[in-house]
Amino acid sequence: MASPGRFHALGAFVVKELRHILRDRQTLIILLLIPLAQVVLFGFAIRTDVTDIRLAVVDPAPDDASVALRTRFSGNERFRIVATTTTIDALEPLFRRGGADVALVIAPGLSRSLAAGTTARLQLISDASNPNTGSTMQTYASAVIVGWQRDLMAEAMTGSARTAVAPAVLIEPRVRMLFNPTLESVNLFVPGLIALVLTLVSAQMTAISLSREKERGTLEILLVSPLRPWQIIVGKVAPYLLLAFANVVTALVAAWLVFDVPFRGSLTLLLASSALYALVGLALGTLIAARTGSQLTAMTASMMGTMLPTTLLSGMIFPIASLPLPLQVVSNLVPARWFIVIVRGIMLKGAGVVHLWQELLVLTVMLVVLMVAAIRSFRARLA
Amino acid sequence: MTQAIEVRDLTRRFGTFTAVDAISVDVGKGEVFGFLGANGAGKTTAIKMLIGLLEPTGGSARVAGFDVLTQSEDVRRRIGYMSQRFSLYDDLTMRENITLYGGIYGLSDEDIRTRGDELLGGLGMMHTADTLVGTLPLGWKQKLAFSVAMLHRPAVVFLDEPTGGVDPVTRRQFWEMIYAAASRGTTVFVTTHYMDEAEYCDRLSIMVDGRIAAMGTPAALKAEFGVASIDEVFVRLARPSAAAAAGG
Repeated sequence: MASPGRFHALGAFVVKELRHILRDRQTLIILLLIPLAQVVLFGFAIRTDVTDIRLAVVDPAPDDASVALRTRFSGNERFRIVATTTTIDALEPLFRRGGADVALVIAPGLSRSLAAGTTARLQLISDASNPNTGSTMQTYASAVIVGWQRDLMAEAMTGSARTAVAPAVLIEPRVRMLFNPTLESVNLFVPGLIALVLTLVSAQMTAISLSREKERGTLEILLVSPLRPWQIIVGKVAPYLLLAFANVVTALVAAWLVFDVPFRGSLTLLLASSALYALVGLALGTLIAARTGSQLTAMTASMMGTMLPTTLLSGMIFPIASLPLPLQVVSNLVPARWFIVIVRGIMLKGAGVVHLWQELLVLTVMLVVLMVAAIRSFRARLA
Repeated sequence: MTQAIEVRDLTRRFGTFTAVDAISVDVGKGEVFGFLGANGAGKTTAIKMLIGLLEPTGGSARVAGFDVLTQSEDVRRRIGYMSQRFSLYDDLTMRENITLYGGIYGLSDEDIRTRGDELLGGLGMMHTADTLVGTLPLGWKQKLAFSVAMLHRPAVVFLDEPTGGVDPVTRRQFWEMIYAAASRGTTVFVTTHYMDEAEYCDRLSIMVDGRIAAMGTPAALKAEFGVASIDEVFVRLARPSAAAAAGG
């Protein structure tokens, strides 16, 4: 017997798999809405950028310069001056009751030091009970001061200064936030969310659906049939790949509509990379299902083995560089770590294959290794 | 093809435990062969080797004329299998299940349609063709599962405890289906725990501790052990101590 029916057989299998997915309406709706819900939730709730910063100013001896600096802050949309005092002692109770986020302490004689060209002393104190927002607020406040200083210099050059400033060369720290100049955290989250959703749909759903067949005994029937292991795996995976595509597009559209997240690179490249990443997840899900005994174990294993690393070790929330060294090494094994670099590169920097080939190569190698392992353990664990 | 199933010294070890110990069986074309044994005697392990789900440690087996180890794809195309667990998809309709299995076994769309109608008509289930299988009573499901396992007209069909949990009337109907299949030339290899069913088989074997302890027609076995039923033959072989205590 030749095999004219081989693709016919695969087709029949894919149709069956699609029917399973379409028939389970509740799961389908949840899976389709997840990217939307996640983008919106993460985008609004877990933003680390800060908008309304409450500023306390300690200005023991107000002069032209210190008033100008205060005006500069009150004119900035991110800052709101909530208190102005003359003693630093007033700060502690203020911080304790959570009345201010950042304090600016101006040493007496600001105008004088500016005119003389000696060091002007300013201190920034921030409430770092949340370290992330704490340092972000510091950064914003420094940026305001640097901006003011730069304008003063410019005025001194053109001679239009209202405040006397020595034409001394001041060292100016240039702080620029590349690619995400406004420090929008949502821009960083969206690529991570795409990875998370793809992991959920590919790794977890395949693991569940395959282990369900195993548990019910239908897998045995399939294995006794002329279908080959690769056909069973491809048939299982193909419909979820479609679902994964739908999810990526939903996440992108939601990010663009709700948060104005930029998209600078090639959509084709992004979809192709997503397909590659989804395949890695699908292979991983297959492997998990083949190695575990029940649906419940498969679900727990895929949760621990894919979702957690994707959230914690991928650079999605915590930068890889800030992880302890052993975890940094482990993070190299997490597919999402590479995928997120790719998505951020494409979306925020408009990077192309030339820039991302290393990450793409890593994912391809992972895919091959996992696929071979999945098909093997599938064959070995027939029973 | 002389025999539908030829098994020679088939062995399977798990570590130091020998689940199947050098069994040899021949089953003729169109024969209904009962494969009996207590739980844990090695029946399921033996069947898994015959249908290609498990590799033998030693010996050989040919099914439908092909070696199970080296020609497993040829074997797969020619066998049907129904496991002790329900083997259709609950969330698909009867017709969708039929279409799926027809497709997997490489039947043409036309064959799937005509054989599907034939099958549903034969079962008297045409009116429920578009009903989800999960909503059917168990007896119906098992009959449907058997018919689906026969859809590609296999040379040999393996039935692993097909009537577990099914009511007596449906069991009888089920066995009528088995006979009908055998009369069309399909070899039926069936395991069961119901000893009345064992009496329906053309021949049977009884496995004890990985070995085939007895094999023959039901009449010959009863004569050999000098008892009135296969049930007694089974108890004597499978639980010798219990039989000795009961028989005195």
